[in-house]
Amino acid sequence: MSRPTTPLGRGWAFMLAAIALAAGLLTVSAPANAAAPAHTAAAVHNHQISAASDPSTWAYSIAGALKLNGKPVAGVTITATLGSFSAKGTSDATGRWNIAVPDAGKYTVTIDQSTLPKGYAVVNPTMTADLTQFSFAPVLFKFGGQVIQTESFGSQLISRVFSGLNFGLLLALAAIGISLIFGTTGLSNFAHGEMVTIGALMMWLLHASMGWPIILAAIAAILITSAFGWAQDAWLWKPLRKRRMGLNQMMIVSIGFSIVMRYVYLLLFNGDTKDIAGGATSVKIGSIDTTNITLWGMGIAAVALVGVALFLTRTRIGKATRAVSDNAPLASATGIDVERIIRIVWIAAAALTGLAGVLYGLEFQANWLTGFDLLLLLFAAVTLGGLGTAFGATVGALIIGMVVEVSNLFIPNELRYAAALVILIVILIVRPQGVLGKKQRLG
Amino acid sequence: MDFAQIFSLTAGELFGVFTAAYALCALGLAMHFGYTGLLNFGQAAFAALGAYGYAFATLNLHWNMWGSFAFGIICSAVFALIMGIPTLRLRADYLAIVTIAAAQALYYAFGTSQFAWATGGSNGLSQFGTDFYSYNPIPEGRYDLGIVTLSEKEIWVRIVAWGLVAIVAVLLVVLTRSPWGRTLKGIREDEDAVRSLGKNVFVYKMQSLVLGGVIGSLGGMIFVLSSQTNQASTWVSNFTFMTWTVLLLGGAATILGPIVGSAVFFMFLMLTQTVLEGLVNIGALPFLSIAQVGQIRYLLVGLFLMLLVIFRPQGFFGNKKEMQFNG
Repeated sequence: MSRPTTPLGRGWAFMLAAIALAAGLLTVSAPANAAAPAHTAAAVHNHQISAASDPSTWAYSIAGALKLNGKPVAGVTITATLGSFSAKGTSDATGRWNIAVPDAGKYTVTIDQSTLPKGYAVVNPTMTADLTQFSFAPVLFKFGGQVIQTESFGSQLISRVFSGLNFGLLLALAAIGISLIFGTTGLSNFAHGEMVTIGALMMWLLHASMGWPIILAAIAAILITSAFGWAQDAWLWKPLRKRRMGLNQMMIVSIGFSIVMRYVYLLLFNGDTKDIAGGATSVKIGSIDTTNITLWGMGIAAVALVGVALFLTRTRIGKATRAVSDNAPLASATGIDVERIIRIVWIAAAALTGLAGVLYGLEFQANWLTGFDLLLLLFAAVTLGGLGTAFGATVGALIIGMVVEVSNLFIPNELRYAAALVILIVILIVRPQGVLGKKQRLG
Repeated sequence: MDFAQIFSLTAGELFGVFTAAYALCALGLAMHFGYTGLLNFGQAAFAALGAYGYAFATLNLHWNMWGSFAFGIICSAVFALIMGIPTLRLRADYLAIVTIAAAQALYYAFGTSQFAWATGGSNGLSQFGTDFYSYNPIPEGRYDLGIVTLSEKEIWVRIVAWGLVAIVAVLLVVLTRSPWGRTLKGIREDEDAVRSLGKNVFVYKMQSLVLGGVIGSLGGMIFVLSSQTNQASTWVSNFTFMTWTVLLLGGAATILGPIVGSAVFFMFLMLTQTVLEGLVNIGALPFLSIAQVGQIRYLLVGLFLMLLVIFRPQGFFGNKKEMQFNG
């Protein structure tokens, strides 16, 4: 490794100042901070239950009411468990249910789906009731999501493929960002998900919280994300490139940066999940149930993807970008300003990723971990398509989006991301260069 | 602020159970990354397999401590084989992506209610350490060890944990100084050169991956045996990243590095936690709540990792010449 010659100090001073500023902002944006779900590695809970005592004296309770289309649902069995302890409750004629439990703790509350009215399901049959701070915890099971048995397999499949296309388009926007950065700089950016998060959280701040109109808020959120991309490159990655830091080393720096950013988001925005699009209206196309926002989102994502393709193939800068991806020294020798191209790539990649975050936040929900949860799917998409090719990343993202949504028909909801990761591993075994990658990229 | 308490809590981390568990996981990573150049970003999965393997064998198969111990080791060794066969022939960053993807997929699988009969789902498994603690020769009671007061169980698990760290460290010193260890270092420096000497690089890498993974699984077993609870949420990718921080802090291609790195890392975490909490309690930091102190700690871990890799990639004990991240 060559000795560092460029002053890195200034960049770091900026970074530290930004973090200090962020910490200072806490006083404004987060006056009352509820205990956020700490994502700790060392969190070990020790439950001890005094199960022998009489249930009528138990001071803690978990309760809720079950309503389907406004009508109460009676006779549904619900179980609360913690460690080896478990207690059952049944909903009464008003749909209400109540379970008394002996001790504080985080209980798992499970609804017995077989006792529900025929053909209906709840969105999330297993919920958590937090009795660590209060003696009463409400648990609301929402009907909906996937309705069992009433729909034919064919129409379920169509609806899943539609969701997969939507999710794939969203992933593609962010995956192209990873792919462009990887192509031009060689960096596997583990902090890329944080740009999705910032897009979504800015959308929440400007649109849902401050009430800006949706278009204006979206444009502002994308601009903020691209500024973040530019600043990241200028103050962190460019100085590191100047030091000729190894790529694996840079990858670990990006892991550290990802951790820092996630906890900055947690400190600034708390750990709760933000609902961003309040006023989406539902639209029904054949057997597909969707919203106007999703349809708009898909259209915008598709237009953006076509725009990227045209940019890369038709414009001078786009061609220069591909030249740098192919061979940076050669591109430099032909008079292309490589650093300028990398700067443009960072800004463009951040803008696309910010757009992905905005759309994801509007269509689903967002919290401080949104981007990190998507990160591995993005890597899967990029690797699947072939590292470093924008077109490959799009194809890979569409495949991953489909796999995640369609696999939901066969495996439980919690495992759908795992399915995508298993597909990634299988493809790497069969065709290591990815679906569209070139063999020469292999070591 | 209670400085005596801050001191005793911080010093207690010096020989804490988590310190030993992370030291073991980081020693495994030293084998992978420091001595062989393998970018394993799924150490959490190896540790988790050790932990789940032990707990499953005890609770479902009703095996004794030795059997459960062996089962945990076998689980992680099999996982290493499955990971290694497709990826060890590929470029280093493929192993990174495959290991982190596999670790995350396993994390989802451990937490789902689908396999709750084996894993306990999101509740995890508990009370599997009865046989382990039945070997405890120390009579029941609380013992004042000067800095901290510990129960007989806490002392027993610490003795076993640090005993394992010592055994593994000695084993690694012997192995890395053997011809086998020198071949591994050769692979790290220049794979093709080693190949041209007629060595089967793939087999050497595989042996390193299995051995490091098994060492990681020992860390996982120790981690869960201290509290006798094993939850899926422990084995998130942050576990792996913290192990990397511990490793890089001490020095990747050293044996002492991961051990000292782990001790320093956990003392740093405890010190920042207690000092910040103390400051919040006396009202010196009005913009922070107690819950946020834990979050600041993790922010510092990330910052620490970045600064370390940028300014001192060889860690405390490493040799800068030996610590060139290739690629």
